[in-house]
Amino acid sequence: MKKIIALVLAVLFVCGALAACGGNAGNNTKATADQKTDATTAAKSDFKAGFIFLHDENSTYDLNFINAAKAACENLGVECVIKTGIPESNDAKQAALELVDEGCGFIFADSFGHEPFILEAAKENPDVQFAHATGTRAHTENVANFHNAFASIYEGRYLAGVAAGMKLNEMIESGKITAEQAKIGYVGAFTYAEVISGYTSFFLGARSICPTATMEVQFTGSWYDQDAENEAATTLIKNGCVLISQHADSMGAPTACEDAGVPDVSYNGSTVDACPNTFIVSSRIDWTPYLEYAIKATMNGEAFDTDWTGTLATGSVVLTEVNEKAAAAGTQAKIDEVKAKLESGELHVFDTATFTKDGKTLDSYMADVDTDEAFTPDTEVIADGYFHESEKRSAPYFDLQIDGITLLNTNFG
Amino acid sequence: MTIMKKHKSERDPLFHVVRRTDISFGKAMLIRVLAVLAALVLCGIIIVLITGENPFEMYKYMFDGSFKTPRKFWAMLQDLALLLCVALALTPAFKMRFWNIGGEGQVLMGGLGALITMKLLGDDGAHLPHAVILPLTILAAIVFGAIWGVIPAIFKAFWNTNETLFTLMMNYIAIQIVLYFQFIWSGGSNTIPIVNAGRETSTYAGWLRLPAEIDPSFTGSTVVPSSSGFLLNIIIVAVLTVAVFFYLRNSKQGYEISVVGESENTARYIGINVKKVIIRTMIISGILCGIAGLLIVAGTDHTIDTNSARGYGFTAILVSWLAKFNPFYMILTSFLIVFLQKGSIELASKTNNIINSNFAEVLIAIIIFFIIGCEFFINYKIMFNPRKKRKEAEA
Repeated sequence: MKKIIALVLAVLFVCGALAACGGNAGNNTKATADQKTDATTAAKSDFKAGFIFLHDENSTYDLNFINAAKAACENLGVECVIKTGIPESNDAKQAALELVDEGCGFIFADSFGHEPFILEAAKENPDVQFAHATGTRAHTENVANFHNAFASIYEGRYLAGVAAGMKLNEMIESGKITAEQAKIGYVGAFTYAEVISGYTSFFLGARSICPTATMEVQFTGSWYDQDAENEAATTLIKNGCVLISQHADSMGAPTACEDAGVPDVSYNGSTVDACPNTFIVSSRIDWTPYLEYAIKATMNGEAFDTDWTGTLATGSVVLTEVNEKAAAAGTQAKIDEVKAKLESGELHVFDTATFTKDGKTLDSYMADVDTDEAFTPDTEVIADGYFHESEKRSAPYFDLQIDGITLLNTNFG
Repeated sequence: MTIMKKHKSERDPLFHVVRRTDISFGKAMLIRVLAVLAALVLCGIIIVLITGENPFEMYKYMFDGSFKTPRKFWAMLQDLALLLCVALALTPAFKMRFWNIGGEGQVLMGGLGALITMKLLGDDGAHLPHAVILPLTILAAIVFGAIWGVIPAIFKAFWNTNETLFTLMMNYIAIQIVLYFQFIWSGGSNTIPIVNAGRETSTYAGWLRLPAEIDPSFTGSTVVPSSSGFLLNIIIVAVLTVAVFFYLRNSKQGYEISVVGESENTARYIGINVKKVIIRTMIISGILCGIAGLLIVAGTDHTIDTNSARGYGFTAILVSWLAKFNPFYMILTSFLIVFLQKGSIELASKTNNIINSNFAEVLIAIIIFFIIGCEFFINYKIMFNPRKKRKEAEA
């Protein structure tokens, strides 16, 4: 019996060895090709940039960052070290320190909950520049090598809302729905300022085109939960919502819309491949401009912004191509027109003349801009007739629940 | 015993299986080593077929995950210690055939107990001196863990409820309670800030750590341990490992646990109070889980969220079973699990996600499958029936 085991193992080993050799042969050519590209990039720089991502590329949110990281590193000719699946715990600090060990001069983390741990790693390594997306603490912490960044994504969502409004008008004109039935459904993750700012700007964009539009919001309590997002979208559709948008990271809502034949404005990137009949347009943050700016500054030893807000002008807030099959005619032209107005400052997303809270127009609002545990409002953010979102700090702080939007539930996590 | 049905022709099967009664330790280990090697070969074949990467390079990356730098090595030891601590906690209950799958919740509650004392009594709250807070932190963690462990035990002892379901459900309650504190203490951001951090005069109140003279990794501006700051956690778990080993093997209580596990009727017959043993053992189980929570919150993270127990409450079940409930073998089995986890992260990072963490998990599953599967060959012997005899039978 020993002999048989020995024989079986011997056969396994031979297979393994052969397979390994086969793999090697295949890899050799690839390796030389790699070396070539390495050689060309190494000529430019031996700088390393490290990235810490919460999930891997199966999450649209992280995929958006992964693509930007790869593009920025490629453009600058620096080496890109990516760590995926890093939880929002001390593990994030460990991951950052490991990246420091590997020689990264710039380290970037993509998830809100990474912040306190990345901040710790930054304090410990003053020679390395740390940047954290979506965070709120850099502008008050005074740690020279710790930076926050975000983008004025509410402008992108407003434009996506314009596309939604066009679609609603088309449906009303064709007699498919009445003006009163123009109800939008929105699948949100959590009842945080980031999400509230997002759905409100989307709604205002839609209502600027279709004045009778209303909205219902359903929260899932997770940034990534395919089943919950699918179910939330289905519930909204059953409630009579004729158009769906989302601020959560899975394909749950877009696929529910495709199944039900309901038009959908998605987020983080185009879902046209999976949803060719219902996908209208998607807004997303392109992180490439920020990463290029920050990495370049680090390489040159220059200081860069502690708290950076990307805009339409920096190319950070972008819309995907409009899917002509699902969108109303003339959508792209309308988007371009509104975009020009936003860029020129002629139009403001959170113009206080366009929304009310409890039936009243606001002329003053104190928001919690400087993070503290009690969530104390500390900064006046309404001036010159509009709410100054993402100006006092990069991360959103618009948390007003305006009239016209119904929250079906709330979920703070 | 034969595993194949006799054919019409009364032909003997090719082989039959015999239970082994006396396998030497060396031979058993040899079978295990061969199983790991066979698993690695199979993984190698799969890697080549699916990705075309060189499997030896992949194994090197997996090794790097735990050993490449001193920092990685320390981080591996820290995770090993925490996983081992939870496995040690579950083992007395398992030996008693009390299926405690509530380790996750017990660890979370222990951690929450520690966090509540640190926050309310430390610089964020009552400003008590460190010497007062630390014992209270330890006590709170132990009490919280013990309470979470003893509730299902009481129900089991007096009303014979199903402990598997009960402990499992207690996990979800613990998660929701932590979520509640996450909400009220985070100002809506869902992340409880690191306790007592960010103050110039921070006394690190309630933090479990070695003095700076012994462990310099805490000095300077940082407040969360970076690498060797894990030393105290590791020492504590090492002591617990020895203690649990002798408790189970040499103490009267350890003996009572195994008798109750073998047969409750026997235990009753020889005068063991079964109810008392169940409750006492689950208190111990809960206390050890509470200590794991203490090490995570007061020793490492200084904050808590629903993932703070890292799923170790469930992984530790595997660790404990693989080691056949022997605390010293558990060092090996927890090392194996942590090594594979660290390796898979490194693998994903080094291959730029060509092999992502999901694929790495497939590889881990294959390796664990082989290790569990090889137990069959340790417990049973395959006897090949001689060809001649088979021919005779045919004739």
